Amino acid sequence: MFKSRNRMLSVTAAALTTGLILSSCGGATTKDAAPTAAPKSCVDTSGDTVKLGFLNSLTGGMAISEKTVSKTLHMAADEINASGGILGKKIVPIQEDGATDWPTFAEKEEKLLTKDCVAATFGGWTSSSRKAVKPVVEKYNGLFFYPVQYEGLESSKNIYYTGATTNQQIIPAMDFLKAQGVKTLFLAGSDYVFPRTANAIIKLYAAKLGIKIVGEEYVPLDKADWTTQVAKIVKAKPDFVFNTINGSSNVGFVKAYYDAGLSPKTTPIISVSIAEEEAPAMGHDVSGNYASWNYFESIKSPANAKFIADWKKYPGNSGVTSDPMEAAYDSLYLYKELVEKAGSFDVDKINAAAKKYKITFNAPEGLITLDGENHHISKVANIGQIQPDNQFKIVWSSGTPIAPDPYLKGYDWFPAATRDALVKAAG
Amino acid sequence: MTTKLKSFLPLLGIAALAIALLVVAPAVLSDLRLNNLAKYCCWAMVAVGIGLAWGRGGMLVMGQGVFFALGAYAMGMHMQLESVGDGGIPTFMILYDPLAPLPAFWEPFRSGAFTIAMIVVAPVVVASILGFAIFKRRVKGAYFAILTQALAVALATLISGTIKYTGGDTGLSGFTSFFGYTLDDPLNRRLIFTITATLLVGCLVVAWQLYRSRFGELLVATRDAEERVRFLGYDPANIKLVAFVVAAVMASIGGAMFVPIVGIMAPKSMDAAASIFFIAGVALGGRAALFGPVLGALAVGYGQSTLSEQWPGTWIYVLGLLFIVVTIALPGGIASLATRGAGLLARLRSSDRKAASA
Repeated sequence: MFKSRNRMLSVTAAALTTGLILSSCGGATTKDAAPTAAPKSCVDTSGDTVKLGFLNSLTGGMAISEKTVSKTLHMAADEINASGGILGKKIVPIQEDGATDWPTFAEKEEKLLTKDCVAATFGGWTSSSRKAVKPVVEKYNGLFFYPVQYEGLESSKNIYYTGATTNQQIIPAMDFLKAQGVKTLFLAGSDYVFPRTANAIIKLYAAKLGIKIVGEEYVPLDKADWTTQVAKIVKAKPDFVFNTINGSSNVGFVKAYYDAGLSPKTTPIISVSIAEEEAPAMGHDVSGNYASWNYFESIKSPANAKFIADWKKYPGNSGVTSDPMEAAYDSLYLYKELVEKAGSFDVDKINAAAKKYKITFNAPEGLITLDGENHHISKVANIGQIQPDNQFKIVWSSGTPIAPDPYLKGYDWFPAATRDALVKAAG
Repeated sequence: MTTKLKSFLPLLGIAALAIALLVVAPAVLSDLRLNNLAKYCCWAMVAVGIGLAWGRGGMLVMGQGVFFALGAYAMGMHMQLESVGDGGIPTFMILYDPLAPLPAFWEPFRSGAFTIAMIVVAPVVVASILGFAIFKRRVKGAYFAILTQALAVALATLISGTIKYTGGDTGLSGFTSFFGYTLDDPLNRRLIFTITATLLVGCLVVAWQLYRSRFGELLVATRDAEERVRFLGYDPANIKLVAFVVAAVMASIGGAMFVPIVGIMAPKSMDAAASIFFIAGVALGGRAALFGPVLGALAVGYGQSTLSEQWPGTWIYVLGLLFIVVTIALPGGIASLATRGAGLLARLRSSDRKAASA
């Protein structure tokens, strides 16, 4: 009796679920259908305001960096509003928290585009966050402005990259090292896509420049112990160390470096992720070492003086200015320029305007120009030397802005097979 | 009558949940919210498994991220290969050598059937080997919890450190289709939701059947008095092993469905912190009740989404406060509200009867 009732219940349950699946699946099958048009945009700019989405990690491990970017975006929005808005419409920022969690970035981007119906979104920091947002912003034909230097080899009609790509940061750093007469180089990086890609490019270019790579070491992003790797640097005695370590792992690297008796006099470091904000947090006087960026707080220009003064007055500011926050600041002004040239907030019209007009902004880093084809920015590359006050003294500069080349098409030493395969994969 | 009714009640609950998820939700929710709900359902599947292993079996599985990752990466690898087409290699591998052949362990994941098989077989094999080694040696309590947690840390580190084969810290992303269905189509995303919700209901039915079976009673007995069960002639190791393996399979299926829903799979979604997040939902919902883990996981997911929209930046404190309040006010979790209500009703009824007989 007990057994048969048991079976009856299972059968009932099975039948119930099958029925429900069948009823709710009806019609939901469009196998290999022709690509459907992007869902209709719900952006409404008929009033006197325009909603923009800011997507930064305000909690989690990346919050320390991304909060500053978020504040800078709000400051830029306030400034633009004070001077009349975009096409006469005041910006209403909607802030979302990416929470240093990649699925959350995707979820919040979709929320901003489809529930809040924002005209464009700004933010992200890690490559993972950008890669999580990319399919969402492409699916809904939205816009995403990404403000951090990155590994390049990417493009999207829905993303604008306002930080440097590799030929505006990594390659100029190598030119600087060549000019310094560097013969041997050691590569130290965090184990993720940016350092791996940067070092792949560095190795190719070093072969061309005649610089010998005497070591290459990686440590996971969240690990701070660099003792064994630094011992290898001591043994290899390189002329320079190329540092692509990101975040707090730098503190462990710097400690191991000075503990091992290394110094900028004998074995200087050139970094691509230590800026004004990070330098004082290294737990050691790092002056004498170098960094490659496009923007430094020490750049002398009226636009930068105004940017610094505004930031120091802004509530909750972090004191210093840095490259990623400047790129975020620029992104909002470039968006304003794009919209006003297009005469519309429509994404397709904005992309057309990017191709048709010369979109420029007199940024704190200098005059920047948008490349309408690859959605990156022309930038001047600068090498700064860290001073005892943790400011950077510019010791080398590309002088003129370098055109963005994310797929390194203008560099014959980059293997064509790799480039073609990557371009093909990007569609 | 009452006992018969009682044994039907959980089935009614499952049916109600099935109707809510499969009929009501698609009718009333926007594409965005339905996709969010699909994500919570994945966590809920992991939670049902934890409810079985921890709530009924007393094994605090703090490393379900390991099994979540098995399913998620199997699915991620298949979808990645499907996106690049025949003979292609994933974009992240091109950089190191555009002409390199696909690593041998990736090759079979071109097949959808193999992928689906692996989503079930891989956790069974891994959990069986692990469970056999752990339970036969009678490792339990805090040692067991720490061991499982360490495994999640180890696997996350392994994935991060093998960037050329797994995509490392950045993970697998850029998927375009799911078994031939383009992910851009809202209709197909509803289909993915339906599959996920159905699988969740399926997990609940399995858990319910296990709970009311002889095995379920043995499992609870093992939790409460392992030595006595041993004296009665049963091997507690085998009983625990079965619960551990079933929980692993549920976590793996949840992980597999997570990938087409969120579009990216990285170690961050399965590491130690993520594994504790799975546990938190179960604790909140009530670990020993059939519906506790599901309700907890859905509530935590929903809470995370809505609180963070309301208070970006400070939501995490609000969520933390809610956790504290619930654990203090309702030690048995959200699900104990129902039993408390029923207890109150029974007390009222018995006092009625007393009043009538008086």
